[in-house]
Amino acid sequence: MYATPVQELIDELGRLPGIGPKSAQRIAFHILKSPAEDAARLANAVNAAKTRVTWCRRCFNFAETDPSADDGTGVECDICSNPRRDPSVLCVVEEPRHVVAIEKSGWFKGRYHVLMGALSPIDGIFAEQLRIKELLARIEAEGVSEVILCTDPDQEGSATAMYLVREFKHLPVKLKVTKVAVGLPVGSELEFADELTLTMALEDRREVS
Amino acid sequence: MSLYRDRGVVLRSYKLGEADRIVVLLTPEHGKVRAVAKGVRRPKSKIGGRLEPLSHVELLLWGGKELDIVRQAELAEPWHFLRRDLVHLSRGMAMAEAAEQVAQEGEPAEALYVMLVKALRTLDERPGPLVVASFYWKLLALDGAGPVLGSCANCGASPPAVSLVAFDIAQGGALCRACRRGEPLSPAAHELVSWILGGSLARALEVPASSTTAEVAHLATVSLEAHLEKHLRTARALEPA
Ligand SMILES: [Zn+2]
Ligand SMILES: [Zn+2]
Repeated sequence: MYATPVQELIDELGRLPGIGPKSAQRIAFHILKSPAEDAARLANAVNAAKTRVTWCRRCFNFAETDPSADDGTGVECDICSNPRRDPSVLCVVEEPRHVVAIEKSGWFKGRYHVLMGALSPIDGIFAEQLRIKELLARIEAEGVSEVILCTDPDQEGSATAMYLVREFKHLPVKLKVTKVAVGLPVGSELEFADELTLTMALEDRREVS
Repeated sequence: MSLYRDRGVVLRSYKLGEADRIVVLLTPEHGKVRAVAKGVRRPKSKIGGRLEPLSHVELLLWGGKELDIVRQAELAEPWHFLRRDLVHLSRGMAMAEAAEQVAQEGEPAEALYVMLVKALRTLDERPGPLVVASFYWKLLALDGAGPVLGSCANCGASPPAVSLVAFDIAQGGALCRACRRGEPLSPAAHELVSWILGGSLARALEVPASSTTAEVAHLATVSLEAHLEKHLRTARALEPA
């Protein structure tokens, strides 16, 4: 339909998550209409991110590649290499963007472990596809005493959390395992909450006096 | 394109874009429905957790060209225990996966819907080892592939003249020693499957876990997989090793 390079650009864009064929076409035309230096900047940014960013060898968060620090075993992210972060508490999340979300809250001072997804057998995502083995290996090796499960409060996330609880029981160490509470959104009204959220919020209630 | 109401069980859900989900529903009147639930991944969504997989909901939907849109969803009945245990949750998902394979879009599925709701209710209230297997056997029967159990599915000879010692859904059910192929079938498992399909389901569901219930569950899974010509991904996943 279009000249080959245009069609290739549309096809590549269409492969991105959340971009349908129409959006891919729109973005492709936008790129083609914009000045050459804008397009070059985008291409460079994609390239630079891909060559300079890698996964933290410890927690699987994003990490910047650093040939001077890499002895062949990979690099660590800013959080893992920060001596002020408490290595005895691990917060387990599904995706690197969840690390960013929790970091914004400023509350957590420990380290993370990114699973790279959540269990979803129906989509072919089993425990072996996630960084679960690596998580279990970290507990004893790093002297972790508490794990905070911070997976999404949806079906896949809670299945993943329950699966991890089962796996932790097999570890030969004493480990405190907590799970992020499911509750009512701050600033909302009780009557708008769905029954599932409300039930879980009631179950997760805590003593205040 | 218009508004319509139906009830439904959420069979599965996919993330869509930034904050939406596509849900696959099993409804009595409209069969399998694929619909977009807008904004449900935001904390302040009005629908919120009601469209999580396995939820039983009352729906108001807008019929679209490709995908319908969920306008409202109210819980039809809450599950109390289903989601709190990994084994129960995976068993529920295993039934949802099988139901999704059998249901068709735009074809009423009253019987399948009722079966699934009842099975989920059992799983929530008094889960036994045969909830999923019973659902699979009933699903085979509903889909026109109910096995022959009273006589050999191949030669027609019946007990006590022959004993039925094997099972192959591709052959139509239980098989005598001369016609044997497929999976071995113990007398106790043969009786349990007969209970499930012969009007004594409640009794079968009370049976405690044993090697026989495991055999019946295994036969149910391989039979349904053979009938659907598809590997059921959730059937064995997440069960403790
Ligand atoms: Zn790290
Ligand atoms: Zn025979």
